[in-house]
Amino acid sequence: MRHAAGRLAGVATSLLITLFGLVLVTFLIGRVMPIDPVLAIVGDHAPEDVIAQVRLDLGLDKPLVVQFAIYVAHLLHGDLGRSVMTSNLVTEDIARYFPATIELATVAIVLATAIGVPMGVLAAVRQGSRLDQAIRVICLAGHSIPIFLLGLLSLLVFYAKLGWAPGTGRADVAFEGMVPVVTGFLTVDSLIALDWDSFYDAWAHLAQPAGVLAFFSMAYIARMTRAFMLDALSGEYIITARAKGLSALRVIWRHAFGNIAVRLITVLALTYAGLLEGAVVTETVFSWPGLGQYLTVSLLNADMNAVLGATLVVGLVYMLLNTLADSAYRLLDPRVR
Amino acid sequence: MSGAVNREWLLTDAPTSRAQAAWGRRYRLWLDFRANRLAMAGLIVVLALVVCAVLAPWLAPYDPSSQDLTNRLGVPQPGHWLGTDELGRDVLSRLLFGARVTLGMVLAVVITVAPLGLAIGCIAGYFGGWIDTALMRITDVFLAFPRLILALAFVAAIRPGIPSAILAIALTTWPPYARLARAETLGFRNTDFIAAVRLTGASSSRIILRHIAPLCVGSLIVRVTLDMSSIILFAASLGFLGMGAQPPSPEWGTMIATARRFFLDQWWVPLVPGVAIFVASLAFNLLGDGLRDVLDPKQR
Repeated sequence: MRHAAGRLAGVATSLLITLFGLVLVTFLIGRVMPIDPVLAIVGDHAPEDVIAQVRLDLGLDKPLVVQFAIYVAHLLHGDLGRSVMTSNLVTEDIARYFPATIELATVAIVLATAIGVPMGVLAAVRQGSRLDQAIRVICLAGHSIPIFLLGLLSLLVFYAKLGWAPGTGRADVAFEGMVPVVTGFLTVDSLIALDWDSFYDAWAHLAQPAGVLAFFSMAYIARMTRAFMLDALSGEYIITARAKGLSALRVIWRHAFGNIAVRLITVLALTYAGLLEGAVVTETVFSWPGLGQYLTVSLLNADMNAVLGATLVVGLVYMLLNTLADSAYRLLDPRVR
Repeated sequence: MSGAVNREWLLTDAPTSRAQAAWGRRYRLWLDFRANRLAMAGLIVVLALVVCAVLAPWLAPYDPSSQDLTNRLGVPQPGHWLGTDELGRDVLSRLLFGARVTLGMVLAVVITVAPLGLAIGCIAGYFGGWIDTALMRITDVFLAFPRLILALAFVAAIRPGIPSAILAIALTTWPPYARLARAETLGFRNTDFIAAVRLTGASSSRIILRHIAPLCVGSLIVRVTLDMSSIILFAASLGFLGMGAQPPSPEWGTMIATARRFFLDQWWVPLVPGVAIFVASLAFNLLGDGLRDVLDPKQR
């Protein structure tokens, strides 16, 4: 038990150090920008004394170390500054946009797992067959296709040509803001409000971006599952299980798959973290009002507070997921314990 | 006739010189590689891309920036085999010149990142102790960031364009190389031959440069080739998001970003550069897969 506590402390320390690095890097990125933050606020026709005053207010006259300390102090109070573009607090903006991204990424990972894992298992069981080759090609394609091309193609085919899917955005104009916000997930909120039209509309809008994002990560999940399964299937216990006359299904799913489940969880957590990144591009293609789109719009408007805030939050979530994946592996797999 | 003699010379079981042994080994690797059809296809496409990039000024039928406003968004037709864009520029010509931008960016990133990762990894692995801890902590911080998002913030802070895109991609690409080189170095650090070199009085820098780094290069090359496709996608994503190459540069991602507005009606305009990105990235993936199978069979 003491052992576990020690490891927890170790994980916490390394997490803290990495977090510090994260904050330092975002701070430094914010400082190297050529855009003068003072001019961004007051405009370039402001009188000299106003400029000087704002410079003092922002603390830009202080040494860099002091500025960093102030930045950290603000962060600890949950203060990421104000967005120039929306004139809201950045934290408020993030709280508004982040649920849409989580909703998108979650549906995508569920979809990708549901398809990718059986694909990988099948490819491993029939190693070298035509099916295996086909799955390999699909994986390579998924690995090589730019996600924005996939998104544009999907819009072209399913929206413009076939008319199966609604267009971009998160909800139809008619349903915009009709459902009271409880969780921030439109698919859940509409269910809570028992608004079936909204519910249907939310899922219809989600289908395309989530599908595109899922294809992107499905390739990786299938590839890893296949590799793990090949490894597991060559184990001697599998030969034993087969020799005992167990059914093929039981050997594959219970014996082999049961043994790779832990490693697979790690991969899924890492993939989920990666989806946050894939979401930036996907959200831009589908005008999905999530954190990714917030980030790119802020970038194009040189709204540095918003950019750095969003970067920091996404970085934090990404880091936590990575650590979680790592710890889960250590906790669940007795061999690394 | 001389070909057969050469082949014999290369494949002999009893090489008479070091050079013969080395070339024989390379020849056997090549034979292995050649047997892999997908990898060969990848290699051919990559070579074709390089040829397109180098010979773009001679291959392109038009100047990539010459506009013809009477012929905007034209369908693929004789004379304009891949159609024209929103300013009447020939898409094929732009695509060929775009290969220069894309491959140039990939090359620049690789040249920066591979030696840097190699150096950091070898130094950390060889010296161990606090140097290792410090360097790996820094590596971890950069690994902890989602790559694209760090790159976007970085580019936004300086100024969008090709040089800052290269720098941003490099900044987020080196950590895995450092990790890899460190792991390899740890494997060699305590071997007898390194101990022997040390006993002869070789300095640390000589050991790292002459004995450890060359041994790490093989796996690094495989990793770099496999990464090239992700660097291509990365550069294109930055271009697509408006943070990479800026119009009127014929960078493929940027071309898609500007042509995106027309894709519901003139869908071929953004589709052509999109397919180019896909083909280039797939080719590098196939090539990298093949190289890994040949050079590093245990990872298969």
